[in-house]
Amino acid sequence: MNKKNDVLDIKKIRKVSLLNIMWQWEIILLFIFIMVIIINSNLSPYFLDYTNLMNTTFNFIEKAIIALPMIFVIICGDIDISVASIIALSSVFMGMASQAGVNTFGLVVIGLFSGSAAGFLNGFIITKFGIPAIAVTLGSMSLFRGIAYVILGDKAFTKYPTSFAFFGQEYIGNTMIPFELVLFFILAIIFGIILHKTTMGRKVFAIGNNSTAARFSGIPVNRIRLIIFTATGLCSGLASILLTSRIGSTRPNIAYGWELEIITTVVLGGVAITGGKGNIFGVIISIFIIGFLKFGMGLINVPGKVMNITIGLLLILAIMLPELLKRLKPKNSFGNVNK
Amino acid sequence: MRDLFRKREFNLFIFILFIIFGVSLRTPSFLYINNFVDILDDTAILSMVAIGQLMIIVTGGIDLSVGSSLALSGMSVALLNQYHPGIPIFMIILISIAIGLLLGSINGLLVSQAKIPPIITTLGTMSIYRGLVFVLCGGTWVSAHEMTEAFRVFPRRSFLGISSLIYISIIIVILFLIFLNLTRTGREIYGVGGNKIASQYVGINLKKINYLVFTLCGGITGLAGFLWVARYAAAQSETAIGFELQTIAACVIGGVSIMGGSGTIIGVVLGAFFMGIVYNALTMINVSPFWQMAIQGFIIIFAIIINTVMDKRNQQLMLRKRSFNE
Repeated sequence: MNKKNDVLDIKKIRKVSLLNIMWQWEIILLFIFIMVIIINSNLSPYFLDYTNLMNTTFNFIEKAIIALPMIFVIICGDIDISVASIIALSSVFMGMASQAGVNTFGLVVIGLFSGSAAGFLNGFIITKFGIPAIAVTLGSMSLFRGIAYVILGDKAFTKYPTSFAFFGQEYIGNTMIPFELVLFFILAIIFGIILHKTTMGRKVFAIGNNSTAARFSGIPVNRIRLIIFTATGLCSGLASILLTSRIGSTRPNIAYGWELEIITTVVLGGVAITGGKGNIFGVIISIFIIGFLKFGMGLINVPGKVMNITIGLLLILAIMLPELLKRLKPKNSFGNVNK
Repeated sequence: MRDLFRKREFNLFIFILFIIFGVSLRTPSFLYINNFVDILDDTAILSMVAIGQLMIIVTGGIDLSVGSSLALSGMSVALLNQYHPGIPIFMIILISIAIGLLLGSINGLLVSQAKIPPIITTLGTMSIYRGLVFVLCGGTWVSAHEMTEAFRVFPRRSFLGISSLIYISIIIVILFLIFLNLTRTGREIYGVGGNKIASQYVGINLKKINYLVFTLCGGITGLAGFLWVARYAAAQSETAIGFELQTIAACVIGGVSIMGGSGTIIGVVLGAFFMGIVYNALTMINVSPFWQMAIQGFIIIFAIIINTVMDKRNQQLMLRKRSFNE
């Protein structure tokens, strides 16, 4: 109408947007996280135990390490469902090398290299031919794990050097903090800085929002996607080193089905599956929500498949929540101004 | 446009003939008619469910929960059969379809009403349905001797040397061929996948279509659940694990665009048949079954690269033709 009214309304918007911070995804996640801790500690006296909590991180930190680059993949509007198969492939290559007498350092190099090579192959096919990532990684998911099956069949590699056990089993000094956990936080900081503080990160968001526009703005869309897929492979290789080191053996079905849990974690963390939106803090909270939720249910003897029901429900309800809130929230001045 | 689609299926067909020829050079018994009936038998369930998957992919979605809902409906009817052997097989089939429809419509409601992207919805329901199978059976099996004779034999009962499983899948194929190609709703499904916004402007009810494809896919999956459990004479919590990926693979090999909007039933059926032939051929030429997964992956990647490259070439040809005419 007239200018006076507009000014008044803008003030109202500010108020509302302050209120809206309360409804930010990370706040909701933090709330869920606290709920998980409260419920779990009420259900079992063993939950809130420092040693227990630290040790349970072993069970999900390997997935968490892959979730970090997966944030980039999904923000770009892509998806990678071959990560668990890359773990299997790297693990098998490390097993073969170990059998041939390669030392720990060599194994780490092989693990990281084979992971990145697999990720690069994904990215190369996706960007070179312009094929949707889900179709390519669906194929490579079979291919990579298939190669693991071809090499191993029904056997297993169990001979690893003793020093190799460090990565997945050791703690930092005399504290009860696992090496894996520290490694994860270092990586999380690096990935967080890249995503939120560098031009590279801005470009990733640009690609996810509108890849054509990004391309016309001079962003090397395909090169960035290729780098991201290679980085996902690299992190899967790293996760493979940690996992192989932790369980000390390699079977072709290692890490079976992990890709879905990793994607669930990332999506629950507030990264839009359609791309262009996401936040590293949300995913970190979501990693610990799912990890501790599973740990708590394990303490009260809930079978794994039933745990998955909870995770599935949590995923669907969490994604539904904003839509529900939108319907429940009374119409405020915010909506009127926009009209 | 039509020639373009036809070409993909035709190529796949030629490729299948090529493989048949190659394998039969090494093992002539591959060409026996019985062997082909076996392959059809093995791929019947896959091609049925892949048709459901096709409809969803055509609208631009994806259903990752088909393996789990297949297991859930299969397990339900197997338990029903175990504890109430008196229920006639006809009722069992109806119940199985009904459970599938219910599970599919839950997916459909979540996608169309709650506006959750299909991949997330079905990622969630995949875990939920699979978990419910476990809750239902408590981790135990329903094995052959706990099922009634009629239940177990149904998919294998043969008429003119062909099992009822194959007849059912042929009926499904024909029904959905008619539905997708000759009915208004069927064409609307393609319309939604081709261009979501344009389809709404011409008056297509997007919510209805989304709900419909998931429900229909659920119905087929439910029927497939009964057939699977009866055919293998076993229901367990791991039934059909990873099956969703096989159905997507059949679609992708059959030339269905994963971005939605294009894909034919004939292509999908050929895709499923192709996968069946490859598995069968591997066994025939004595390749270890451990090779199956790697070869499946290789074929998927190979098929989509070929499809994409050919699509691009065809589009360029069309553009060139158009510019010549003008």
